Amino acid sequence: MEEAGIPTAGISLVRPHTETIRPPRALWVPFEMGRPLGTPDDAAFQRRVLLALLRLLEAPGGPVLEDFPEDAPEAADEATVLACPVNFARETDESEEADPLLASLRREMTALRPWYDMAVNRRKRTTVGVSGIGLDKLADFVYAFVRGEEPPNPRDDVGLPYTLKMAVEDLKAYYIEGITAQPGQAGASSRKLNDWFWGDTVAGRVFLKLALVCEASPDEMMHAMGSHFLVPHDVAQRHAE
Amino acid sequence: MVRLESMSEPERKMLLGFPCLSFDTSPWVAGPPLNRRRVAIITTAGLHRRDDRPFQLDPNDSYRVIPGDVSAADLVMSHISAGFDRTGFQRDWNVVFPLDRLRELAAEGVIGGLADFHYSVNSARKSEFFEAPAREIAGLLKQDGVNAALLFPV
Repeated sequence: MEEAGIPTAGISLVRPHTETIRPPRALWVPFEMGRPLGTPDDAAFQRRVLLALLRLLEAPGGPVLEDFPEDAPEAADEATVLACPVNFARETDESEEADPLLASLRREMTALRPWYDMAVNRRKRTTVGVSGIGLDKLADFVYAFVRGEEPPNPRDDVGLPYTLKMAVEDLKAYYIEGITAQPGQAGASSRKLNDWFWGDTVAGRVFLKLALVCEASPDEMMHAMGSHFLVPHDVAQRHAE
Repeated sequence: MVRLESMSEPERKMLLGFPCLSFDTSPWVAGPPLNRRRVAIITTAGLHRRDDRPFQLDPNDSYRVIPGDVSAADLVMSHISAGFDRTGFQRDWNVVFPLDRLRELAAEGVIGGLADFHYSVNSARKSEFFEAPAREIAGLLKQDGVNAALLFPV
């Protein structure tokens, strides 16, 4: 870009990569992957990061690689206890659903619904819905794969493995947006949220199963989804042990 | 917070093992003071408008255009990776795509203004596939009068 005449300044998350690439202007930040501005819902902090980045444009020459001096504000982790609204240990119930895990997933989703609705109302936005599958159909769509079935693809612009991936991310977003709207949970760290999702929810358990099913698929893309893209590596590793 | 030294060994190895290009040249373009800069965002987070086509692993399909008047409710993510945090973006788009912050800085006159269009790519592709789209986007930014492109990875 710079060669083509556009001045650039970029955030660096992985400093060794930036040292190799040597872009014209980079601001290394000690934040986690996925959060180049450091922390959500903290406009003052985000502004400081942005100003530090913009100021690199005033450097007389380069390449410039500066370090942002502040860590992201610590999440109030100790005070945060994420509790699921449903008792999942109870996997059998009186519903007509033959599969108790699917029944639990549906119950869990329903129980979170007031908080998800609250989140959407408060934030005036949601990141759910990328798959195009309605909230009421997401659980069944995803669970069909766990059963070894291949449901029809509701989209004609992407392949079935991609639709599945988007459905999984939609469900995860539904849970995270919902739980972070509960009282006292606004400051939960990503680690806490991920531990909760993968360790304590039925959805997390369903996705771990789903990844194993996909991994065994003869379809190359479906296999890649199962082995790489549905479950973070560290989570998959922890649960394999 | 999370730094390389606080990651688990396998996470760190995987991250540092990603192929990374190096360049022989160090291009540098000077520009006017900040208050005369027209700023565009380039994000690698696989963001796009809700009605836009999602990203797939297609080397010929490189970027999405995000209009400058986009609203937070209309911006979603279809990056394929499971290897970065999404909970931040799910709560506040500015942690990935700081358009509200830039709008504030433009309103205060700290920066000159904002581009008509911003750009998004999906970083889950080989680095060599980026050169052509980067040059194309640079041309588009020029037409847009942009003289500061801010790059935000995930």
